[in-house]
Amino acid sequence: MSEPFRIATGGDVKAGAPLTFMFDGVSYAGRAGDTLASALLAHGVHLVGRSYKYHRPRGVLSAGAEEPNALVGVDGGAGRFTPNLRATQVELHDGLVATSQNRWPSLAFDLGAVNSLGARFFSAGFYYKTFMGPRAAGLRAWKNVFEPIVRQAAGLGAAPTAPDPDRYAQFYTHCDALIVGAGAAGLAAALAAGRAGADVILCDEQARFGGSLLQERTATIDDAPASAWLEAALAALAAMPNVRMVARTQAFGHHAQNLVGLCERVGDRDSAASEGVRERLWQVRARDVVLATGAIERPLVFPGNDRPGVMLAEAARAYLARWGVAVGRRVLVATTHDSAYRVALDLRAAGVGVAGVVDLRDAPTGELVEAARGAGIRVLAGRAIKSTSGRLRIREARIGPVASTEAAQEERIACDALLMCGGWTPSVHLHAQSRGKLVWAPAIGAFVPGQAAAHVRSAGACNGAFGLAAALREGDAAGAAVAGGSARAYATAHDPPQTGARDIAPARSAAAKDKAFLDFQNDVAVEDVELAVREGMRSIEHVKRYTTTGMATDQGKTSNLNALEVAARALGKAVPEVGLTTYRSPYTPVTFGALAGASRGDLFDPVRRTPIDPWAQAQGAAFEDVGLWKRAHYFPRAGESMAQAVARECRQTRASVGLFDASTLGKIEVVGPDAAAFLEKMYTNPFAGLAPGRCRYALMLNEAGFVIDDGVVARLAPDRFHVTTTTGGAARVLHHMEDYLQTEFPQMKVWLTSTSEQWAVIAVQGPRARDVITPLVEEIDLSREATPHMSVREGRVCGFAARVMRVSFTGELGFEINVPSEHGRAVWEAVWAEGASREAVAYGTEAMHVMRAEKGYVIVGQDTDGTVTPDDLGLGWAIGKNKRDFVGKRSLARPDIVAAGRKQFVGLLTEDPAFVAEEGAQIVDARGGAGGAALGHVTSAYFSPALGRSIALALVANGRNRIGETLHIPIMGRTIAARVVAPTFHDPQGALLDV
Amino acid sequence: MLLIHCPYCDAARPELEFRYGGEAHVARPADPATVSDEAWAQYLYFRANPRGLHAERWRHIHGCGRFFNALRDTVSDRFVAVYEAGAPRPDAAETKR
Ligand SMILES: [Zn+2]
Repeated sequence: MSEPFRIATGGDVKAGAPLTFMFDGVSYAGRAGDTLASALLAHGVHLVGRSYKYHRPRGVLSAGAEEPNALVGVDGGAGRFTPNLRATQVELHDGLVATSQNRWPSLAFDLGAVNSLGARFFSAGFYYKTFMGPRAAGLRAWKNVFEPIVRQAAGLGAAPTAPDPDRYAQFYTHCDALIVGAGAAGLAAALAAGRAGADVILCDEQARFGGSLLQERTATIDDAPASAWLEAALAALAAMPNVRMVARTQAFGHHAQNLVGLCERVGDRDSAASEGVRERLWQVRARDVVLATGAIERPLVFPGNDRPGVMLAEAARAYLARWGVAVGRRVLVATTHDSAYRVALDLRAAGVGVAGVVDLRDAPTGELVEAARGAGIRVLAGRAIKSTSGRLRIREARIGPVASTEAAQEERIACDALLMCGGWTPSVHLHAQSRGKLVWAPAIGAFVPGQAAAHVRSAGACNGAFGLAAALREGDAAGAAVAGGSARAYATAHDPPQTGARDIAPARSAAAKDKAFLDFQNDVAVEDVELAVREGMRSIEHVKRYTTTGMATDQGKTSNLNALEVAARALGKAVPEVGLTTYRSPYTPVTFGALAGASRGDLFDPVRRTPIDPWAQAQGAAFEDVGLWKRAHYFPRAGESMAQAVARECRQTRASVGLFDASTLGKIEVVGPDAAAFLEKMYTNPFAGLAPGRCRYALMLNEAGFVIDDGVVARLAPDRFHVTTTTGGAARVLHHMEDYLQTEFPQMKVWLTSTSEQWAVIAVQGPRARDVITPLVEEIDLSREATPHMSVREGRVCGFAARVMRVSFTGELGFEINVPSEHGRAVWEAVWAEGASREAVAYGTEAMHVMRAEKGYVIVGQDTDGTVTPDDLGLGWAIGKNKRDFVGKRSLARPDIVAAGRKQFVGLLTEDPAFVAEEGAQIVDARGGAGGAALGHVTSAYFSPALGRSIALALVANGRNRIGETLHIPIMGRTIAARVVAPTFHDPQGALLDV
Repeated sequence: MLLIHCPYCDAARPELEFRYGGEAHVARPADPATVSDEAWAQYLYFRANPRGLHAERWRHIHGCGRFFNALRDTVSDRFVAVYEAGAPRPDAAETKR
C-alpha cells in the first residue's frame, strides 16, 4: 500500500522492506523507525480516537509523551494487551495490532457521540452534582439515567483480562549524576559531566537520543550541522565507560533525596519474545540530578480546536524531519509565538502547501517572521481562529480580528491541517515532584523551576531557557557543576531568537458552535472552568477536581497553563495568584507489571509454614491464610463437608483427645533481673508473686486502656519468662515492648528475644491428653497435683528438651508441648502414634475457634476492635488491683471508660437453634426492625457441636445487665430473636480443667 | 523512599528498614495515677503536627532494632539531624544546612 503523505525518507525511517500493521482492523504498511502515529499519518489517517465524555472525533495532536488524544490499545497476543498507550510513543514493528479507544461501534460512526447533544449532563461538577442530588431522586436518576450513560461512555481504554505472560525486571542503582532528557541540554550536560569523570546515567524516553536536534535542519553547532554534532556527541559519550546511556526510558517519578524512578521499555518492539524482559524498572539514587526535559508546546484555545487535523505546530515539523511525513497538503498555522514560523518555513521548503500564518499578535516582527514573509507565506497579524469545520477532519477555518465577535468580519480559509502554537510550557514536572519550588516567569507566561529541594538542576527549555544556544550553555554548565569540571562554550548559528506572547484572549465569535477545549483528554472546555468559578470554586485545586482538567495520563502536560489562564481570568486574578496544581508521579503511565516486578503469583507474598505443615498437607488438610501463615483449617475425610469435619474434630477432642498445631503462636523470651517488673508494666496482671513453674493468662493494653493482645506468661525462673502472643500480634507486641523498654523504662535490665520460630507447639487437648503424652515425657511428673492447670515444666519429650505448659484453649485438660522447631514434626508424629489407640483426632483452626467460643474465650481482634477494655470483656479479674501503674491503667479511670452503658461481652442464643448469625451482624433492642436502637454487634458465631445448637458472642451496650433479655438481629427483610446469656456455654464452672 | 541515617549503626539505610514512631519528646508521666484527666488526654492524643521541623521517633526495626529521634522538615522530608533516644532536641539554629 502506498503512503501518500510520506514525502521523504531519512531521519528515523530506515531503508528496507515495509512493515505491516493493523489499526482498527485495517492493514497498513509502515517503515522501520516509525511510530504508530507517524505511520498512520503517512497514510493521511488523523482520526485515531474518540474523546472521553463527548466521544468527539480526535486526531493526533503531538509527536511525543504529551499526546492526549491518540490513546490506543496494543494487542501483542494472549495476555499482552496494553491500553492507553500514546500512538506517538508506540514503536512500529511488523505485525503490530492496535485499536482505538472510546468508540462504539466504530471511529467514524460512534453512537456515544450523542453525549455531545446531552452535554449539559457532563458539565463541570457533573460527578458531584449527580451524587449530591436530592437523595431519592438522585439515586433513581443515577441508576436509570446516568449510570448506563457513564458505563458506556466512561473509561480510558479497557483493562486486559488475561494474565500477563511477560517478565518485568527491577533494579536499584546509584550514580553521581542522573541526566534526564537527551536533547541538546542533556547531551551537553552528559558530555561535561562525563569528561570530568563523573559516574553518569543519561536517559531519554525516546528510541533515539537527540530531542529536538532530531528535527533540526538549519541550525549549526560549532560550525557543523546539528545532526552531525549530534552524531559526534553520541559517539563521544558512547566511548566514555563512566557514562551509561539508556534509551526508551521514561523518568516518571522524582522522590525525596534524588530517588528517581525510570521505566525502560526493553521488549516493547518484540513483545512476543517471552524469554526476554518486557520492561525494566530502575530505582536510581543519584547524588545529583540534571533535568533536561524540554518544553511542551501549548495548544491555542478556540472553538473546534479539537478537530482531527488540528495539531501542535512543532509536531508537524517533527513528523516532516524525522519520518518524512507531511501532516497535510494545505496547512494553516496559528500562533502567538515565533517558533511556528520555523515550522511553516520547513513545510514550505519541503513542498507542502502553507495557507498562511495566523498570528494573534498585532505586529509580529523578528528574523523568523521576516523570513516567512520573504518566502511568500501570507501572515495574518492581529487575527485569531474563530471556528473550524469538517466532520472527521478539519476542512476549513474561519479567521477574524482577535477582539471581534462578528461573523461578518471572518475570512474562511480551506485547509486539511491546522497547526497551532500558544507558546511553550517548560516541563517542570520532575522538579516539582522533587518538591522544588516553581516561580512565575512573566516573559514566557509560564512557571519555571525555582529553588530546588535537593541537588537538582534544570537546564535548557525545562528551565525556561529556550533555543539551542541556551540549551547547550545551561546543559554544559550544569554538567560541569555536578562533576566539578569546567564549562566550555558552544558556537551556534542559524538559530534565530524566538519570542511569544501569552496574554491574548480572543473573543468568541457569535457564529462559533463548538466548544473551545482546554483539556482534550478529559473533554474540559473553557465554559467548564468558567462555570466552576461561577459555582464558587476559588482554588485551582478545586477547579481541577470539579472539572477533571489535567487528570489521567495528561497530568497537565498540554492543558495546565491554558486552564489556569482561563480560571485566572474568570477570577479576575493574575495567574501566579491563582496558583498551580500539584504535579504528581507518574509523568506518564507506568504498567503494573513494571511496578510489581517479580512480586506476583507465588512470589507475591512470602509464605510461612510450620514444621508440622508437611504432615497436615499429607493428611489432606484444608488450609487458611492467617497473616502470612498457612494454617490447617480442618482435616476433611472423604465425603465430609467442612461443617461435618469441624463437628467431628470438636466432638472427638471433647470426648477423647485432639492434637492441634499451635506453632504459629508468637513467643517472646523475657529475661533479666527486672523481667517481672517489666512485665508488670506491660500487662494488666501482677507477676511479682507468680512462682516459677506457674503460668498466668495476661492482657496487654495500649496506653488508651484498650485491649491490644493477650497470651500466657509462663515463669521459668525468677528472671526468665516465656511469653506467648496472638499469632497475628507477635511482631507488634515485641515492638510495643521494645518501645517501652528502650524509651520509657531504659533503666530496667531486661532482654527481649523473639522465639516464635524457635519453638514448635503441639497442643494436646481433651480428657485423655495426659494418657497420650505421658509415655513420651521424661523428667516431668504430669499428675494433677504435680503439674496443675496453668503451670509450666521443663523436661524432655521424645528425648528432646521441651517446655510443657498445662494450658487450655478448649476448656478440656490440655498441654502445650514446646520443642525446638527442628524436632516439631518428629514429636508431633510420636504424639499422633500414641494417640492412635486413644481415638485421637487432629483438629484445625476452625475447630479451635468453635471450642474456644463454647468456653467464651476471647480472640483479640475478632471479639475486640481496639475500643474494648478488660472490664468490657468481663476480664476485670485479670487486672492487678494493687499495681500502681501499668500501660493503660490511667486510662481505665477516664470518664468515658467508667461511664455506664459501655458495650460488654455477652453470649447470644438465637431462638431458632439452627440459625447461625453472621459475624458483624447488628443487634437492636426489643422493638426489632428498622426502628430498633442499635445496641452492638455479633463478634463470633458458630454451630456448637457440644450444645447441638448455634451460639454467638457479641458486644452489647450494657450487656451484662441484659442477661435474660431478648434482642434482635435484623437480616435481609426480617429479624432474628436472640436471648442474651453469659458468654460461657460449655462447662461454666471449669470442672473439666481440673482433672 | 527516604534514606535515613541510623545514629547507632552510623549508616544511611533505606526507609524500608525503619518504622516511624510518632512525635518525639512526649514523655510518659512518671506517675500516671497523679495526672489529671486533662493532662492525661494531652499526653495521649495531642500532637504538634508542625509544618517545618518536626522532632520524631524512628526505630531501625529491621536493622539494629534501636529507637532514635530525628529532626525532619515535614515540607521537604529532609532529615536535619538524628540523635539517640534520651538526648535533648538539637537546637534548630545549629542544624541549619
Ligand atoms: Zn541502626
